[in-house]
Amino acid sequence: MHDQPSVSELVQAVKNFVDHSAMPELKGRAAFHARVASNVLATILRDLEAREGNDAAEYERLKALLPGSDGKSRETLNEELRDKIRSGELTVESAALMDHLKKTAIAQLKVDQPKYSGLATALED
Amino acid sequence: MSEKQEFDSRLQAVLRRVYGEQIALASANRLSGGASQETWLLTLNGTGAPETLILRRAPEGMEATDDSRAIGLPNEAKLIRKAQHAGVAVPEVVHVLEPDEGVGEGFIMSRVEGETIARRILRDDEYAKARENLPAQCGRALAGIHRIDGSDVPRIRESTGLAQVEQYEQTYQEIGVCRPIFDLAIVWLKENAPKPLEPMLVHGDFRLGNIMVDEQGLAAVLDWELAHYGDPREDIGWMCTNSWRFGQSDKRLGGFGDVEPLLEAYAAAGGAEFTPRDIDWWDMLGSMKWGIMCMGMYETFRSGADASVERAAIGRRVSETEMDLVNLLEGQRHA
Repeated sequence: MHDQPSVSELVQAVKNFVDHSAMPELKGRAAFHARVASNVLATILRDLEAREGNDAAEYERLKALLPGSDGKSRETLNEELRDKIRSGELTVESAALMDHLKKTAIAQLKVDQPKYSGLATALED
Repeated sequence: MSEKQEFDSRLQAVLRRVYGEQIALASANRLSGGASQETWLLTLNGTGAPETLILRRAPEGMEATDDSRAIGLPNEAKLIRKAQHAGVAVPEVVHVLEPDEGVGEGFIMSRVEGETIARRILRDDEYAKARENLPAQCGRALAGIHRIDGSDVPRIRESTGLAQVEQYEQTYQEIGVCRPIFDLAIVWLKENAPKPLEPMLVHGDFRLGNIMVDEQGLAAVLDWELAHYGDPREDIGWMCTNSWRFGQSDKRLGGFGDVEPLLEAYAAAGGAEFTPRDIDWWDMLGSMKWGIMCMGMYETFRSGADASVERAAIGRRVSETEMDLVNLLEGQRHA
C-alpha cells in the first residue's frame, strides 16, 4: 500500500483542521469536544509512534518475569501475570514485578497523557 | 406555546407559589449536566425574591440516573437541609419540586457566588487566601457532615471501604480487561484494609469541582448525590487522591494544601483523630476507584450507548491512575 501521505500525516492534517479551522468557530460543548478531539488526535500520533517499541519491550520484560513463557503471546503472558498477582504468588515485595509494572505504566502514560503529574513523580525516582 | 415556553411558564408558577404572585421568571438557562441531571440558572423579576436561583432537576422519565449509587434529587435536597442545620456551608434549598408542578424531579436552591473550576482555584491569584483557608475549612465541614443523622432520608446506602474494594473489583472483572496494576492494587487494598470504623454519613464525592470556593475559601459544599454511610476517612482520602490534585501533586490535599491542617481542624471540630498515614489506604482506594470509573465511562462508548469523543477519550485516562497506583504501591513497599 502507498503511504504518501502516511497515516501520521493524515492524522496531523485533521488535527491542524480541528485546531486552526474548526475550534475557533465553535462555542460551548462543541468547543469542549473539539478540544478533546484534538487531544485524541495527538494521542493517536504518539500511539502510532510508540506502540511497536513499547509492546516489544513489555513482551521482553514479561518473558523475563514469567518462567515457561516460550511461544506464548504478550496477551497470554499478561493474563498469567494477572493470575499470579491475584493468587498472591507475585506481590508488591517483588522488585522485578514492580519494575515491570512501573515501566509499563510510564510507557503507556507517555502515550496517553504525557503531561499528567503522576508521570513526573514516577520519573523523579 | 413551545416546549421551552411551557417549561418556563410552569417554572414561574412554582416560583410564585414560593415567593408570591408579584414575581416573574425573567429567564431560565441551562448551565450543565448530563442527560439525566440538569443545572439551570434562573433569573427573577419582582420584589421579595432573590434575583437569581439555581434549579437542579431530572426531566420526567429521567429520574433514574445512570449511577445506581446516586440517592436522587429529592433526597439530596433533604440532606442539604440537614447539612445546613449541622452548620455546614451549603446552598439554601428554597423548594423541592412536587410531581403536580410538571417540571420533573429536583429542587430549587440559592445561588452561591464563587468558583468550582479546580484549575482556577489552584492557580488564580484571587484564590491565594482561599487556598490557605481551605484545609481547615474542609476539616470543619467534614466534621459537620459526618455528624449528620440521615436516618429519615431514604435510599442512603451503607458502603464501607472493603465493600467498595469488592464492588469495584467486580466491575473491573465484568469489564474484562487485563490491567495487572489494578489487580495488584486490589490485592494490596484487601490485605491492608484498616479496621472499619462505625459507619457515618459521608459526602461521597468531596473534592475540588464539587465545592464552591470564593476568595475566602469554602463557600458551599455541593453535589450530594453520592452520599452514603461509610468511613469518614473516605471523604478525606478522596480529596487527597492524585487525580483530584489537578496537576499540583506536591500538595496532597486537593492540590491546594497539606492534609495535616485538615486533620487538626477535623479533630478540633469533634471528628475523630487521624494521622496522615491513616489516609494512605483511602488515597489508594481513590485512585483504584477513579481508574475503574474511567474504564466504566469508556464502556458506555464501547457499548454504543454514548458515541461522544469525550467518552472514548476517557478510556485513555485509566493509565493516569495506573501510574498513581504504582507510585503509591512503591511508597508502601518502602514504608
